[in-house]
Amino acid sequence: MSTVKLTVNGKAVSADVEDRTLLVHLLRDHLNLTGTHVGCDTSQCGACVVHIDGRAVKSCTVLAGQAAGSSVTTIEGIAKGDELHPMQAAFRDNHGLQCGYCTPGMIMSAIDIVHRHSGQLDEETVRQELEGNICRCTGYHNIVKAVLDAAGRMKVAQAAE
Amino acid sequence: MGVEGIGASVVRKEDRRFITGKGRYVDDIKLVGMTHAHFIRSPHAHAKIKSIDTSEAMKMPGVVGVLTGQQIVDDKIGNLICGWAITSKDGTGMKMGAWPAMAPETVRFVGQAVAVVIAETKNQARDAAEAVVVNYEELPAVPDIRAAIKPGAPQLHPEAPGNVIYDWVIGDEGATDAAFKSAANVVSLDITNNRLVPNAMEPRAAIAEYNEPEEHFTLYTTSQNPHVARLVLSAFYNIAQEHKLRVVAPDVGGGFGSKIFIYPEEMVALWASKKVGRPVKWTGDRTEAFLTDAHGRDHLTKAEMAFDKDNKVTGLRVKTYANLGGYMSLFSSSVPTYLYATLLSGQYNIPNIFAEVISVYTNTVPVDAYRGAGRPEASFVVERLMETAARQLKVDPAELRRKNFITQFPHQTPVIMAYDIGDFGASLDAAMKAIDYAGFAARKAKAKSEGKLRGIGVSCYIEACGIAPSKAVGSLGAGVGLWESAEVRVNPVGTIEILTGSHSHGQGHETTFCQLIADRLGVPISQVSIVHGDTDKVQFGMGTYGSRSAAVGLTAILKAMEKVEAKAKKIAAHQLEASENDIVIENGEFKVAGTDKSLALPMVALAAYTAHNLPDGMEPGLKEGAFYDPTNFTFPAGAYICEMEVDAATGKSSFVNFVAADDFGRLINPMIVEGQVHGGLAQGIGQALLEGVVYDASGQLLTASFMDYTMPRADDLPSFKLSHTTTLCPGNPLGVKGCGEAGAIGASAAVINAITDAIGNNKLEMPATPDRVWHAIHG
Repeated sequence: MSTVKLTVNGKAVSADVEDRTLLVHLLRDHLNLTGTHVGCDTSQCGACVVHIDGRAVKSCTVLAGQAAGSSVTTIEGIAKGDELHPMQAAFRDNHGLQCGYCTPGMIMSAIDIVHRHSGQLDEETVRQELEGNICRCTGYHNIVKAVLDAAGRMKVAQAAE
Repeated sequence: MGVEGIGASVVRKEDRRFITGKGRYVDDIKLVGMTHAHFIRSPHAHAKIKSIDTSEAMKMPGVVGVLTGQQIVDDKIGNLICGWAITSKDGTGMKMGAWPAMAPETVRFVGQAVAVVIAETKNQARDAAEAVVVNYEELPAVPDIRAAIKPGAPQLHPEAPGNVIYDWVIGDEGATDAAFKSAANVVSLDITNNRLVPNAMEPRAAIAEYNEPEEHFTLYTTSQNPHVARLVLSAFYNIAQEHKLRVVAPDVGGGFGSKIFIYPEEMVALWASKKVGRPVKWTGDRTEAFLTDAHGRDHLTKAEMAFDKDNKVTGLRVKTYANLGGYMSLFSSSVPTYLYATLLSGQYNIPNIFAEVISVYTNTVPVDAYRGAGRPEASFVVERLMETAARQLKVDPAELRRKNFITQFPHQTPVIMAYDIGDFGASLDAAMKAIDYAGFAARKAKAKSEGKLRGIGVSCYIEACGIAPSKAVGSLGAGVGLWESAEVRVNPVGTIEILTGSHSHGQGHETTFCQLIADRLGVPISQVSIVHGDTDKVQFGMGTYGSRSAAVGLTAILKAMEKVEAKAKKIAAHQLEASENDIVIENGEFKVAGTDKSLALPMVALAAYTAHNLPDGMEPGLKEGAFYDPTNFTFPAGAYICEMEVDAATGKSSFVNFVAADDFGRLINPMIVEGQVHGGLAQGIGQALLEGVVYDASGQLLTASFMDYTMPRADDLPSFKLSHTTTLCPGNPLGVKGCGEAGAIGASAAVINAITDAIGNNKLEMPATPDRVWHAIHG
């Protein structure tokens, strides 16, 4: 067992976990942040994507101990109070989700995609960048629309800040 | 329609919890004192269990119990059943072998559970499972249909000689043979319909809790139909009487058919929770999903189509072998029979059809309904034949279809189905226009000049949805009725709760069902809640599958609404001192037509519950229920056209365009309908290009992870161009047909027709991987 200290969604947290504990299980089982999902066991599906120090990471590929000292953001931490993150709003407005299971990982990956491309995105780029996130419901059509829409919204939001 | 009524693309009410990470799926639930289960699964496809030694595992840290298949048999937990009886052509019943929830003696597929460890934590359960020693005596395995039907093949179940479950026929064999004898042309094809894994993104999970003093179980489970689960667990599996078993299906992360069935893991969790006296949780991992979720499709078919000299179809003859896996799953028997062969007429006027279906056991995961369930297989047969015929007869594929379209309705096919309405020409026209079919020859020539192979493929599908008229399915062998129930509760303050037996696992019922209420009463959908997925709240229901929730579930709500409205009008008329016949409902108010007198819904509701001033003899309250049994199937239909370009050097196929023109009748929420089509298309395209289960000769599943089984990803798919044509379904008052499966039913034939057109030969099986396409081109 080890004590792992890190920041999650802006709050300092500490948990005693087995050394083999993955970050996703720290989040889900110890911190009750169940928005981050587990959809596979081979780091293929992306349902568990969170941000570690601002970068999208599959939290099933990271030991909890490896995240010690870092700042983790999960799907529960991106809205500002009642105000949704532009990516969340774009997923809703473009019907970019159905069962909702892949959605948190999709949204966390998509935010990182927009950041890494400085908002300069086209359909082909979005499709290539979403390669690490599997959705079985939407055929990706509306997810791609949502990400492109959000890229515009995030630019506007950034300009306003 | 109003901004939130029928026909409006209302943004979904349920989305906020999903986009903020506040969905509540089974694995998100923790109960006090909860233990964790891990199953020990067979590594062999076919073997006798010689012994199971649990002694070391019992000593491992945190272990609460280790339970085996013999114990579940000793405790008289029932075997899993198939609930749809099929009769063979010789009049004998289907040959169902015994399927205990954990194998006591014999395992028949890799992944079948033989024992379970219950421990304090999931990791402790996994660790202890490693210490359970199972000695097997391997038996020769039957990995596929061809191996199963070979003379002298290893036998799986003593009940099923030759591994044949049934040999079933439909249609008029003599008349069909005669049509072939007099045919001007005959087209024939051998078709493999590849085996698929549903892979809903949420793995299956179950939490069972036993309350000893009350002798009462609660099961949280990833189910598309919690009431059917309770019924089967109670009536057949001997878990508990119905009133002593509550089944809850909270947020469920996709189903696609795979979560219809009641699986061994739920049964074991329930049984074990009583054994160990603690709540038991099991959450499958993805490998377990590959190894235990019911697979889909897996047919071998020989199909022939007869044409007269005018290119009119005169006959269709089909022989299909269907692989049902190692055991008969809950509805497995119906999928390759009544959900498949009854759709072999497609959109065409075919006077003579005869089909024979032989279902067999193999040492593989059980096969059952997966999105479309039998109808994709039927559509693929018919649409591949049509395309092949057009090439053989040297006529345009679209026009050959048009020439043979059914144009008069109702139309009785030779294979049971009576199509109520449709306009197949309109869908085909819309699709041809959307893809600029007329301009294809020029595009193909241009592509050729650039060294690329360009092809176009048409697929005109029809399906039978709105499952289903209970009397009809009962006469065909179904063990259940397929009606739906609803209850409308108007609360004293005028808010409304809709209780439905349908279950939403991505379909958006929490929005679309509210839209009906908004349409009827003119109240905002924020005033309406949908209650579903809990047998303690909703009395009974048949669940969601077969594109039935709008056509059957929503119609049941409408029927209950009509009763509520009738009573509310009586109350309003009484209070307003008007005639009941003069009351109209507008914008949430009950108005006396032609006057300015009105009473808002909350006042009517309050009057119903205070009961101070109700018409003489009226019961207080404003709550009504209804059971709705459909009179017929519904028949969504449409035309899909796909244009693809193939790189002859690599065999890689790329989408140029994919258009879909569907007729779903009335659309409740076009945005949600289009989302359903997108998802279905992705699964149909996935089958055509990417997905396929591979077993090796010993019955090992080689495609048991997302590393090995190719799921469609964003960069594998195009954006889709959708359109709708409309003929209203006459079979239900809403005029809806259902849209959940269309894409998966129609898409695969369009893709394969396009690629085979591009490469100029027909020797291509699904999935059409670059390797297979390259070999088809280069031999």
